Amino acid sequence: MNRKKLIELRGITKSFDGEVVLDNISLDIYEDEFITLLGPSGCGKTTTLRIIGGFETPDSGDVIFDGARINDTPPYKRHINTVFQRYALFPHLNVYENIAFGLRVARIRDEEEISRRVREMLEMVNLKGFERRHVTTLSGGQQQRVAIARALINKPRVLLLDEPLGALDLKLRKDMQNELKSMQKRTGITFIYVTHDQEEALSMSDTVVVMNNGSIMQIGTPTDIYNEPKNAYVADFIGESNIVDGVMIDDYSVKMSGHTFVCVDAGFGKNTPVDVVVRPEDVDVVAPESGMLRGKVTSVTFKGVHYEVIVDIGGFKWMIQTTDYVAPDAEIGVDIEPDAIHIMNKSEYSGMFGDYSSFSDELDALSENTEEEED
Amino acid sequence: MKKSFIERAAAYPHIVWSVLFIIAPLIFVVYYTFTDADGAFTTENVERMFTSNYVLIFINSVCLALIATVICLLIAYPLAYIFSRMKEKWQRIMILLIMIPLWMNFLITTYSWMTILEDTGIINSILSLFGLSAHMINTPGAVVIGMVFCFLPYMILPIYTVMSGIDERLLEASADLGCSGWQRLTKVVMPMSLSGVISGITMVFVPSISTFYISQKLGGGTFQLIGDTIESYFVGTAINYHFGAALSLVLMILILISMAIMNHYTDSEQAERRRIK
Ligand SMILES: Nc1ncnc2c1ncn2[C@@H]1O[C@H](COP(=O)(O)OP(=O)(O)O)[C@@H](O)[C@H]1O
Ligand SMILES: [Mg+2]
Repeated sequence: MNRKKLIELRGITKSFDGEVVLDNISLDIYEDEFITLLGPSGCGKTTTLRIIGGFETPDSGDVIFDGARINDTPPYKRHINTVFQRYALFPHLNVYENIAFGLRVARIRDEEEISRRVREMLEMVNLKGFERRHVTTLSGGQQQRVAIARALINKPRVLLLDEPLGALDLKLRKDMQNELKSMQKRTGITFIYVTHDQEEALSMSDTVVVMNNGSIMQIGTPTDIYNEPKNAYVADFIGESNIVDGVMIDDYSVKMSGHTFVCVDAGFGKNTPVDVVVRPEDVDVVAPESGMLRGKVTSVTFKGVHYEVIVDIGGFKWMIQTTDYVAPDAEIGVDIEPDAIHIMNKSEYSGMFGDYSSFSDELDALSENTEEEED
Repeated sequence: MKKSFIERAAAYPHIVWSVLFIIAPLIFVVYYTFTDADGAFTTENVERMFTSNYVLIFINSVCLALIATVICLLIAYPLAYIFSRMKEKWQRIMILLIMIPLWMNFLITTYSWMTILEDTGIINSILSLFGLSAHMINTPGAVVIGMVFCFLPYMILPIYTVMSGIDERLLEASADLGCSGWQRLTKVVMPMSLSGVISGITMVFVPSISTFYISQKLGGGTFQLIGDTIESYFVGTAINYHFGAALSLVLMILILISMAIMNHYTDSEQAERRRIK
């Protein structure tokens, strides 16, 4: 694919009050790309976006747009528009005038053209007939649409979206995800999307940038990120994973939990300690005596499509997702296919994630809620 | 929802207060306006205003009050904008500085301006060092200066209050959509601060048009404003409650009309919002 680089971040560092918020970030963004910055709250996603938009200047490093350095270009001169985290619609204007704002600022005097383009935008975001409504009378989802229409009317090269769906309920969020994705395809505008929701990131993006604590952990396609996480942090953040201590005996052979597995990874050397990632849906439940590993079920939760089973295998708690019911306290065997095993080098995140011994649904639900309440 | 007895009872002192100090005086004003010294009905007091130089006094007062209001607005608007964009700590300090003069009696402020503007006052002492002098006291200009300095805080405070409520992200959004610094001001800040400007104008114009001590002290009796005239019929040498009341009533109506005009814009805007809801 012949892709043209549109934005380059080169070694961006930014501190607030002596606290490093972005630490030497480098990132290439291409034309017509849907790229997502994914990471927990406070990891620096918004700050990265604001640097691209021109609302913050980096302490060091360069922002390159279309080949030119734009570190000192003010926001109003950049061909970039933003959908702000809480919409930031103008309360003194109605829907029509909010959307027309960019055109009026650009000194377009032809009312017919303004009207035509505003209507075009309203149609795109499914808000026909809302022209005269006051923005404070709209629901969250409708305000969201106005914000998108307002940002797209000037036909920017890049659209920045900062957790645009964070305030919407689940159903609406799913619909908007599809709409945004198809909007991006239709318009060919580069979307830089910020979210802390990994599912959203995986389902919408061409490229996912996983961030943690002001650094980029991994850049890749959603499949790459999911199937080949670079370290335990990424593996854990992108969906549920069992991350087990292992030893790479030789190429295509890894030992964990006392059993030597065949795998598809090579090039780690002999007898190298590694982290092994196995996704819960890739573990097969078999009879105790015929399994590669054997363990005792400690909890079973019905999840609709599947059961979520926690199994104690030699003291390490695995999470398994299976469509067959298993009884709590039962002895079961498990099998793992070679291509379900992913090997990662040891990192500073080793041992911090991927064990479900302290796992509880309530805890998980709680932490998810608090995350969503934050901006 | 039904109000409890306690809630209703709590409103009584306010009702009593209103009747005693607002309604009753108004009735007296109207009564005196339309009666003569014997208590008989007459419209003579009102007619008298249109037959002599009182029309001119009214016009003078309106002009001076308008000039003072415009000057206040020109000074207050940029100040309020700058304050509202300062760090919060500095905002508090600046607003405190703006409020301090309000804790002082206006009479004292006015007297200090006398000593500054007098022919032998501070400004002239400095000017005389350069062989210059300027006659300032007892001119309309001095009165306007007095009004501006007494009432400026009343212009700054409401505008500042509205402006500090403007979300920083709205300014960012407008910059994002192509607004330069100046356009941000005209397209977002100004329309959003209109209600503050209107209360500011009201709060400066009303005391300016009815003041009497500022025009007496800084105008020195060389010309009369409506406030002085009214005062002179109540405490002066030619006491005439009936004519004074008539003047007050007309002034009051004048103020009500101008307030209604000024509120017209914000009202129609708010009404539209309510209608949509
Ligand atoms: N203007 C600011 N002043 C001080 N600290 C800030 C400012 N903006 C962001 N931060 C800090 O920088 C860190 C990263 O913030 P942010 O980029 O908003 O993270 P995210 O969007 O990933 O949640 C946070 O710890 C936040 O408190
Ligand atoms: Mg954020």
